[in-house]
Amino acid sequence: MFDFLEGYDVLGAFWTTVQLTLLAAVGSLVWGTLLAAMRVGPVPLMRGFGTVYVNIVRNIPLTVIILFTSLGLNNTLGISLGSSVIDTINFRLAVLGLVAYTSAFVCEALRSGINTVPVGQAEAARAIGLSFSQVLRLVVLPQAFRSSVGPLTNVLIALTKNTTVAAAIGVAEAATLMKTMVENEAQLIPISAVFALGFVILTLPTGLILGWVGKKVAVKR
Amino acid sequence: MTEVSVAKEDAVPEAGELVVLKSVNKHFGALHVLQDIDLTIARGEVVVVIGPSGSGKSTLCRTINRLETVDSGTIAIDGRPLPQEGKELARLRADVGMVFQSFNLFAHKTVLENVMLGQIKVRKADRKQAEEKARALLDRVGVATQADKYPAQLSGGQQQRVAIARALAMDPKVMLFDEPTSALDPEMINEVLEVMQQLARDGMTMIVVTHEMGFARSAANRVVFMADGRIVEEAAPDQFFSNPRSDRAKDFLSKILHH
Repeated sequence: MFDFLEGYDVLGAFWTTVQLTLLAAVGSLVWGTLLAAMRVGPVPLMRGFGTVYVNIVRNIPLTVIILFTSLGLNNTLGISLGSSVIDTINFRLAVLGLVAYTSAFVCEALRSGINTVPVGQAEAARAIGLSFSQVLRLVVLPQAFRSSVGPLTNVLIALTKNTTVAAAIGVAEAATLMKTMVENEAQLIPISAVFALGFVILTLPTGLILGWVGKKVAVKR
Repeated sequence: MTEVSVAKEDAVPEAGELVVLKSVNKHFGALHVLQDIDLTIARGEVVVVIGPSGSGKSTLCRTINRLETVDSGTIAIDGRPLPQEGKELARLRADVGMVFQSFNLFAHKTVLENVMLGQIKVRKADRKQAEEKARALLDRVGVATQADKYPAQLSGGQQQRVAIARALAMDPKVMLFDEPTSALDPEMINEVLEVMQQLARDGMTMIVVTHEMGFARSAANRVVFMADGRIVEEAAPDQFFSNPRSDRAKDFLSKILHH
């Protein structure tokens, strides 16, 4: 019944999907946090940069961004991200594109989390002599993260599925393999079902576990 | 009115001006909330600021550690004018303790961590010393047994006492109290006032915005009465409560003292 799977490395392809997801998740969490810090910060130039970045990047289709990393950054500007192997270059470009895109959403999820932290928390922190960055790092962001676990989970699930766009620049992840299999085997529905199931297996536990985590770390007021 | 029966500190405060406000003005849009405020607070003095809602007394309190900026005028603490936002200001704020109406304990940290945070991050104390001092302060305000709980697990009165301990942990030169008992259940007001009385007796310089006339009578060296953004009257508590000079103060007192 599952003959059509023979000769294809489905697990390997999903492993690449997982790697793309994890690396892009960490990268966009870091960059998205910095963007959020800029957007709530006191420096007008940084606030402006954060606002412009988010509003431009989140409104560009991911496919365009991913293609740009390959055609623009790599082919035109010759940026190879420290590798000469084409597969590795494409993988890294895909991570870069996913980070650039997803961080805009992480930033906004976090900023909504920051808005749930009562202004008195920051005032009390300033009143004991903490600097702006300490107020943010020690008091505001820890509480903001706890209340944005839900929105961030959505971003992570979307990111997991968005990694399929990396197929556009030939990264050997799940969607690339699926396309190959659909072309080679006359089994469209079973193949689609296997890949759909694969993604559900990745994202369903993410949602359940992070839902539990969100409740666990929620700040009681 | 809540009466806290503690003998009043009659001793004249030590010489030396600690907090000096000179012709301070502030607007919120069209509203002129602080109008030419001149106020000098001496070292060791306890000044209670009273007045009707919207008179600018909370705003006045918040300008002293620059949580509110002023439009004109100068504010100096211990001879140094308030600097612009930045490291310098942060250093100065560490010397000015502040207690808020809504406690504002850090909700994601335990009571003990709340009192340790400033010591470690601002005063650069090591963890062990900070913890020792935090426990001693929590003991002093009577909540030592709650050290490992989170703020939301404490009653309002306990939270406010922790907030006082958190401010004291910085060894402030002056303490600002912005309506510290206004958000409390009546039965919890006294436990907070008693801690404040004790502080006053220990010689802490305090600026207290409050509606607790009992506290004003028993602990203040001076009462400052504000209305409509101005300081209308300043007097010793006895004199102010028994014989207010201004009509505005007479009117205010007649509304709150006799019912």
